[in-house]
This record gives sequence, structure tokens and C-alpha cells, in this order.
Amino acid sequence: MGLVVAENITKVYSVVATKVSKDYQSGEIAIRALNEVSFEIEPASFVSFVGPSGSGKTTLLNLIGCLDKPTKGKLKVAGTDVLHLDRKQSASFRGNNIGFIFQDFNLIPVLTVYENIEYPLLMVQNIPGGERKKRILTMLDAVGMIDQKDKYPDQISGGQKQRVAIARALVTNPKLVLADEPTANLDHKTAFLVLESMKKMRNEFQTTFIFSTHDQKIVGEAEIIYNLEDGELVGKQVKGGKTNA
Amino acid sequence: MRNLSKIAIRNLLRYKRRTLLTASLVTIGVIFVLLFISISGSFKNMMVGQMTDSMLGHLEVHRKGYLASIDNLPLNLNLKLQAYQKLEGILKKEPEVEAFSPRIKFGGMFSTFVETTNVRLNGVYTDAEFKTVPLLTSRIIKGAKTLNKGEILIPDLLAAGMKVNVGDTVVVIATNKDGSINGKQFKVAGVLESITGPGGRDGYIHFEDAMAVLRMEEMEVSEVAIRLKDFGQLHAFSDKLERLLSGEVNKQGKPIYEVSTWEKLSPFYNVARMIDAMAFFIKLMLIAVVLVSIMNVMIMAVYERIREIGTIAAIGTRPGKILSMFVLEGLFLGTMGALAGDLIGGVIILILNRVGITFDFGRQTGLVLSATIAPFDVLMISIIVIFISVVASLQPAFKASRMEPIKALRHV
Ligand SMILES: Nc1ncnc2c1ncn2[C@@H]1O[C@H](COP(=O)(O)OP(=O)(O)O)[C@@H](O)[C@H]1O
Ligand SMILES: [Mg+2]
Repeated sequence: MGLVVAENITKVYSVVATKVSKDYQSGEIAIRALNEVSFEIEPASFVSFVGPSGSGKTTLLNLIGCLDKPTKGKLKVAGTDVLHLDRKQSASFRGNNIGFIFQDFNLIPVLTVYENIEYPLLMVQNIPGGERKKRILTMLDAVGMIDQKDKYPDQISGGQKQRVAIARALVTNPKLVLADEPTANLDHKTAFLVLESMKKMRNEFQTTFIFSTHDQKIVGEAEIIYNLEDGELVGKQVKGGKTNA
Repeated sequence: MRNLSKIAIRNLLRYKRRTLLTASLVTIGVIFVLLFISISGSFKNMMVGQMTDSMLGHLEVHRKGYLASIDNLPLNLNLKLQAYQKLEGILKKEPEVEAFSPRIKFGGMFSTFVETTNVRLNGVYTDAEFKTVPLLTSRIIKGAKTLNKGEILIPDLLAAGMKVNVGDTVVVIATNKDGSINGKQFKVAGVLESITGPGGRDGYIHFEDAMAVLRMEEMEVSEVAIRLKDFGQLHAFSDKLERLLSGEVNKQGKPIYEVSTWEKLSPFYNVARMIDAMAFFIKLMLIAVVLVSIMNVMIMAVYERIREIGTIAAIGTRPGKILSMFVLEGLFLGTMGALAGDLIGGVIILILNRVGITFDFGRQTGLVLSATIAPFDVLMISIIVIFISVVASLQPAFKASRMEPIKALRHV
């Protein structure tokens, strides 16, 4: 028994949310976008938050991504209590611990595929040249974009852009990768390929992946699914496991 | 820094036409300023040179009080021999002095035996005078470029009006300070081109002839013109000379000498100051043009790239880096414009000199302007433009660096 307790205490979760709420002030009235949401996410898991538009997915991912602060509750990301970080600390916390994948890919248009992946190493982490090159090539290879490395974002397809974005998110060896509706702008076939890519990267680098979607067809790709509705967690499914209501 | 620069330059190239337009605006501004400074500055220097090198000298020393009534050429306000000798001793010792020339100035009658008119004359020692105002010889348009005893150089207006030619014999009659009248015959050695400004229509005779006409037993001097080795030393030397002479006082305890630079002696000084003031305002306009055009472009650049800014901020780029990225963009834009302006402006100045701009000043016609610009001026203007470009980018860049990533990412 004592052993089990010890294990629970030392277990480092990727994310621990305890009764997290988020209100948006909209004029006089406050809109509650998230209401007392609690969950834990284990390292190297492949998690999806699913819910209709307006259910609070983006809000939640922004909180986990340290881009915004909860109104109430406790939130630990990668072992750090992120509630008290200031602007600069938040920026460097994000730079060192979190990879971002965006719905619109958000590659930097004036940089090539190679340079886009290089960007966080160069501008955020200051990784030296040799090491940098090795890591970028590894990533390019992993997402199958090595032949396209000198192209600019406007010369490649949407699916390819998102694969570059995945490489950019992972090249810094983050503890977790956040992807807010990463496939919303892709056709189904490409969407599945991008999710395959993400899963492959998870397997290879043991990074936690958290993505959101409102598309029921791709939800099945996740291993753990949280259902969001009107800012509340209404269910959790573990693939091949049981469903909690 | 290199990577920030790379991104900044690529962003500038991304909107080629806009970059080109803004840079051109800066370039045109720089060209105008360079041309204006070069032409007006050269005009000014040339006029100052004309003034100082053919008539006034760089500075002059008079007996205190002479200058106030210089239009009357008062003979009773000359420096006496002793006072002159003292001054001469000082001027010979000072290393800044290239040459100096004592003059007797007086007014008299000029007669061709047929007609008579008024004339203002300078009695000078030829060598000293020619060394002190070297352009004087170039004003001699007829006759030999010398002045010996018994000879007179007369202004062209007088020569034309009285129909006098080189070689003719004329008579100069003058009243000395005691009121006695005396005359003396002279041979016309040359005709002087008249120029605008005080003393521009004076005749010249030898110092000793002047003493003879005025029946001076002892040397007296109306003014001493001084030429310096370095014109840039003018004010420093003028102050120094004033200090050196300030000890010399008369019985009433009043100073004997009065030192005046050309600026005090020539009305052209005000024109020169106007030119400087105009150059200053043109520079201010350039600053305004650069400020507004760069700021305008940078505000647009930030606005267009809000989502990109959100992305790089979300990824973890520090606000300072984002700020630098945009400031560098403004800096490069300004630098591009300034360099192009320097280059084109320089070429235009070269071409102007090849072609040769001529202009008239007073009665002088066909003066050829040599437009020059000091490398220091080019450097200063470029630095000002580049500095203003940075200042103009600061506000938009600061705004970019302070953006909330989520708001920026949501921007459409
Ligand atoms: N900045 C904001 N200001 C006010 N209300 C917001 C803001 N962002 C989101 N909301 C509101 O919060 C709720 C959740 O939004 P969001 O997290 O974007 O949902 P989802 O990503 O699931 O579509 C919605 O009702 C939305 O209108
Ligand atoms: Mg959303």
C-alpha cells in the first residue's frame, strides 16, 4: 500500500488542472467559458478535447499553453505552477516546454521550410549550429519533408504546411505539444495523415500531444478523449477502455 | 542579430513596391538636401571668398571709432605710426597670420584735365595688398597686374564714364585732415572690375603716393587688412587678437584698436546667414518626411503581420526580439534610402560641376559655381536620416512587442 501512495506522489503529470474556470469580461457581463474543469494528463499520452464550437476548447488550450491565465482554480503544466508567471517568464516557459500547432499552420511566410523549423531553435532557445542542423534534419525526415526543405510556405500544400508546423513544434524537444483544431483546414484524407504524423512523433519522441477538434470523424484517432460542452467536462473516453460519464 | 536582420530584410522584400516607394521618398529627400546644401553652401563660400579675397581680407583692424564713420573715410581717425607699429609687431609674431596690409583710405577728386569726378582711393603697399587679398589681381581686367609708385588702378565704371584708358595721365586731388588741398599726377596702370560690396568701386594707388597727396609727414593707417592661413580660425584668431590688443588704451583709458571680421564689414553676411537658416529648415523638412513615411510604413507592416507576431510570440519569442525585428526593418529602409540618396546626390553634384552652373552676382556675370559638399555633411545627413528611421519605427515596433499572443492570433 505504501508503495502505491509513493508512486502517486512522485508521478509527474504533463498537465494537472484543478477546478479551473475562465471568465471573459464582455462589457458589463462576464461570460464563463470554462467552469471548474479538472483533469490530469499523463506524459506521452495522445489526448483530444472534443466539443462543438464555443464549448471552450480554445480557451482551455490557451490556458494550458500559458497564453492566458485562469480566473479561478489551479493549473500545473510540466510540473510548473503557471498561474504566477509574468509576461517574460511565460514566454520563456512556452519556448522551453510547449510546442504549438495552429489551425491555420501559421508558418512564417518569409522563411523557408528549413528556416521555419530552425526559428525556435535560433530565436527562442539559442541552440548552436551543429546541434541545430542535426535536430532540424531529424525533424524534416520524421515528417517526410526533407525534399521540400528549401521551399517557402506558399509553395507547399496545406497538409505539408501542417507537417512542417509539427516539426517546428517538436524540434525544441517540448514536454507537450498543443494543437488547436489542427485539421480544421484540411480535407479528411490529409487530416488523417497529419494525425498519423503527430502520433508517429509521439511514439518517436515520447511527447505529450493535446489537440482539440469538433470533428467527430477524426476524434477516434485520440487515445484519450475529453468531451467539452458549454465550458464543462462532460465525459472521458479511454480508447480500448471504459467510458466515464 | 544576423537572423533578425535576415527576417527584417526579407519582410522588406516581401512588399517590394511599397519598400521601394518609401525608400525613394527618403532618397529624394536626401538628394534635395544634399543638392541644396552643396549649391547654397558653395554659393555662400564663393561669395564670402570674393568678399574676403578681393577686398576686405579676412579681418581688419581700425582705430576705435573709425568704423562708425567709415563712409566718410575720416582722416582724423587714422592709426598713428606708433599704434600701427605696435600692431605690426603683434601681427608679425602670430603664426596664424598669412599676410596683412596697411591701407590709407581717402576720398578725393579724379580729373582727366577735361572732366572731374569723385573717387575713393586706397593707398597700399602693392606686395602686402596682393598677398592679403590675392583675388585683387584677377580683378584687373585691363593693364598690368602690378601697381608701382606714380601709378593708379581705377574702377571700370570710372574708366568708362571718364573715357580713361590704360597709360593715360590723370590727376588726383585731395584735402588732408588740416584742410589743405594737394594734387598729384598718376599714370593709369590698370582698370579694375567693380564688385558688389563695400570698397568694390575703389581705386588703388601706392601707399607712399597716398602719403604724398595727403601731405603726411609720418605714416598713418586707416585700416589693416589681415589674411589668415586658415579661414576656419577666423573667430578664434579674432578673439585672440582682441585680447592681445585690449591692453592698449589711450589717455582716457579707452581702447585704441577695434578688430572686425569680414562679417561685420560686409552686408553679405546677412545673406550668408539666411542661406544657413534655409539649409537648416530644409533639413527639418527632410526629418519630417523621413519620420512620417517610415512610421507610416512600419505601422502598416505591424498591422498586416499581427497574426505572425502572435505566432512568434506564442512560440516563445521574447518581446525584445520582436521589437528589434521591426526596428531593424525601419533602420534598413532608412539606410537604403539614405545610401541611394547619397549616391545619386553625389552623381548629380558631379554632373553639375561638369556642366558648370554660372550665375550673376551684382555686376559680376558668369561666375562659375563649383558645387561641393563636405563628406562630413553627407555623413551627418545620412546619420540623421538613419536615426530618424529608427525613431519612427520604435512606436510601431513597441506596439508589436507588447501584443497579447492570443489576441494577435485571433486577429483576422
Ligand atoms: N476573448 C473573448 N472574449 C469574450 N468571450 C470569449 C472570448 N474568447 C472566447 N469567448 C467565449 O468563450 C466561449 C468559449 O470559446 P472558445 O474557447 O473559443 O470555444 P471553442 O474553441 O470550443 O470554439 C464562447 O462562448 C466564446 O464566445
Ligand atoms: Mg476554438
